[in-house]
Amino acid sequence: MEKLDVNFDLHEQLVESLSRLHDRYFLKQDNRPRAMAQFDISFHESHSGRVREVLSHREEGGKSIGTFCIYVPEEVALAANVLPIPLCGGSAWAIPFADKALPRDICPLIRSTFGMAIGAVCPYKKLKDLVVGETTCDAKKKVWDFFEFKVMELPQKKRPQDFQLWLNEVVEFKRMMEELSGKAITPENLHEAVCLMNRKRRILQIINAFRKLQSPPISGMDALLVSQVALNQDISAFIEDAETLADELQERVTGGVSAYNGDGRRILFAGSPAPMGYAKVHHIAETSGLHIVADESCTGSRYFNTLVDEGPCDIEGMLRSIAERYFTIDCSCFTPNTERLENIMRLVEDYHIDGVVHHILQYCHTYNVEARTIDNALRKKGIPSIIIETDYSEEDAGQIRMRLEAFAELLEKAK
Amino acid sequence: MTGAIGIDLGSRTTKIVRLENLVVTDLEIFPTSADPLEKVRRTLANLKAEHIIATGYGRHLLCEQIGASRVTEIRACAHGAHHLFPDCRVIIDVGGQDCKVIRVDDEGRVIDFEMNDRCAAGTGRFMEMMAQTLGVSLDEFVRLALGAPDFLTINSMCTVFAESEVVSLITAGKSKENIALGLHVSISRRLSAMLSKYIRGEGDILFVGGGAKNDCLHQLLEKEVGRKIARPENPLIVTALGAALLAG
Repeated sequence: MEKLDVNFDLHEQLVESLSRLHDRYFLKQDNRPRAMAQFDISFHESHSGRVREVLSHREEGGKSIGTFCIYVPEEVALAANVLPIPLCGGSAWAIPFADKALPRDICPLIRSTFGMAIGAVCPYKKLKDLVVGETTCDAKKKVWDFFEFKVMELPQKKRPQDFQLWLNEVVEFKRMMEELSGKAITPENLHEAVCLMNRKRRILQIINAFRKLQSPPISGMDALLVSQVALNQDISAFIEDAETLADELQERVTGGVSAYNGDGRRILFAGSPAPMGYAKVHHIAETSGLHIVADESCTGSRYFNTLVDEGPCDIEGMLRSIAERYFTIDCSCFTPNTERLENIMRLVEDYHIDGVVHHILQYCHTYNVEARTIDNALRKKGIPSIIIETDYSEEDAGQIRMRLEAFAELLEKAK
Repeated sequence: MTGAIGIDLGSRTTKIVRLENLVVTDLEIFPTSADPLEKVRRTLANLKAEHIIATGYGRHLLCEQIGASRVTEIRACAHGAHHLFPDCRVIIDVGGQDCKVIRVDDEGRVIDFEMNDRCAAGTGRFMEMMAQTLGVSLDEFVRLALGAPDFLTINSMCTVFAESEVVSLITAGKSKENIALGLHVSISRRLSAMLSKYIRGEGDILFVGGGAKNDCLHQLLEKEVGRKIARPENPLIVTALGAALLAG
C-alpha cells in the first residue's frame, strides 16, 4: 500500500470544513432531485472513496497524473490506462499555507492548490506519477517551476501555425502517456476512450439542456455540483449517476416540478471557474432571487459543449480530432477570443437569459479584462450584466449579496 | 393613514425616517453600535406605522427580528433621490464603508449601478481614519482642506497605506492643510473615475450619503467632473427616506 504523505489532523480539519460548507450551501436547498444524493456522496468521497479507487487502480498496475486545466486531453491518458486527477483547489482553508511561499497577488485557485500540496493535506499528492501543467496564465507557468511538472504548451492565438503547435503537444502527450504506463495506445483503446469521454460530455449536455426550460428541474447550485463531481469521479460511475439524474429530471419536467420556489431572474454565470469546495457566488445569487440557468466556465459549458469527432479510426486522425476539439475551448488566455463572445450570445438566447453575472477570481486578469468587452457587447443587446471580482474567502459575502440583490431588483424592473 | 417607516441600518450610522402623507414626521439618526437592534426597537416603540421597510447592511437582520420588508440601499437611494430631485439621473452616494454610483431613469428606477469592492477606499471611514491620523476632528479635517493653499499628492487609496503615507508627510514637515487637501483630491479623483462612465448622458447629478456633507469634496468633485452637482439639504437620510417612501 502506498503512503499518502498526509497530515491526518490537518486533513481532518479540511474535510470537516468542506463538509460544513456543503451542508450549508447544498443540502439547505428545497426541491432537490433525489438523484443529487449520489453527487453529495461523491463530493464527500473525493477525499476518501475516490482516493481508495485511485490507490487500487495503481496497485493493479495503472498510473495516474495530476492536471490543472480542461485543456489536458483526458482521452489520451485514459487510452494508456492513466487516470487524470484534477488538482484545482477550491478551498479557502488551504490558502494560508501557500501564503508562506507565494506572493499574495496570485489567484485563489493557484494559492489554494499550492497550499493543499505544501500543507500536506492533498491525498493525491503521492498518488500521481506526473503532473501536467499548461501555459494558460503567467502565475501558473511560474508555479510549475517549483515542481518537476510536465508542461503542455498552449498557444496564445488560433492561427493554423498555432494549431500545429498544439497538435504537436497532443502527439507528444500521447508518447509520454505510453512511456509512463508502458502500455501502447492502439487505435482500439484510443477510440474507446474518445467515445467514453464523449458519452460523459453528452450526458452533461443533456442535464444542462433541462435548464433551458422556463421552470428548471435542477438548481444552478446542483448543476454546478454535477460539473464539479464530473471532474473528480470515476467516469463510468459518473455517467451512471448522471443518467439516473437525467431520467429524474425528465420525470420532474413531465410532472411540472421545478427546483425553484417561485419566480426568479434567469442568470448566466460567466468567467472564472468554481472548483470543488467553492460555490460562494452561486449560493449568494440563488438565495437573492437569481436563478443561475447556465454556466459559462471551466466548471460549466467550457468543459462539455463540444465533442471529439468519432469518425477517424486511425491514431493520427484521432489525435487530430482530439486536438481540434480541445482547440475549440474559448479560454480567455487567447487573443483575440471572439468565439467566447459568440458562445455567450448563443447561451443568452438559448437559455432565455435576463442578466449575466461575470465571475472573476481576483488576479485572473484575462477574464477580468474580457468581462469589460463582453459587458459592453451585452449592453448593446439590452442584457444587463454585473462584474463580481472575488476570492474564496467569505469576507465580502455581505457586499456581494447587496450587489446581487440590487441586480435582481434591476432585472425585475427591466422585465 | 398611519404612516410608513424606512430604516437604513448602515455600516456606520443608522437612519430612521417616518412619513405621513409624504411628510417627514420623525427622524432618528444614531451610530450603528454593537447592538443596533436594541436602539431600533426602542425608537420604533414610540412610532406608529403600517409598514416598515429596512435597507442597508442590517436589512436582513431587521427582516428577521422586527418583521420589516427589505430592499437594497441601491433601490432605496434611487427612490429617495428621485423624490427629492426628479431631474437627477446619476446619483453618487458616499457612505460609511462603501461608495456607489447609480443611474436612474425618469421614474427613479435603477438602470445601472457600480460600487467599490471590499475595500474602504474613498468612503466615510477612510476620511475618518485620515482625520484621526492628522490628529483632528472630521469637521476640522474638511476646514483644513478648504483653507489649503496647495495640495500634496497622495498616491495610496488603501486606508492602511495612505496612513503610512500621511505619517511620512507629517514627519517630513509638510503642512496639515496641504495634506488634508491632497487626501480630498485623491478621494475625488477616485469617485470621478467611478462617475465617468455614468455622466455622459442627460440629467442632473446628485451627491448623497454622509460623504456629501463634506463641502471640500463636493467642490472638488464638481471641478473634476466639470458639471454642477446638486446636494439635498440632509444628504444622510436620502436612502432611509427612499425606503419610507417605498413602504408608504
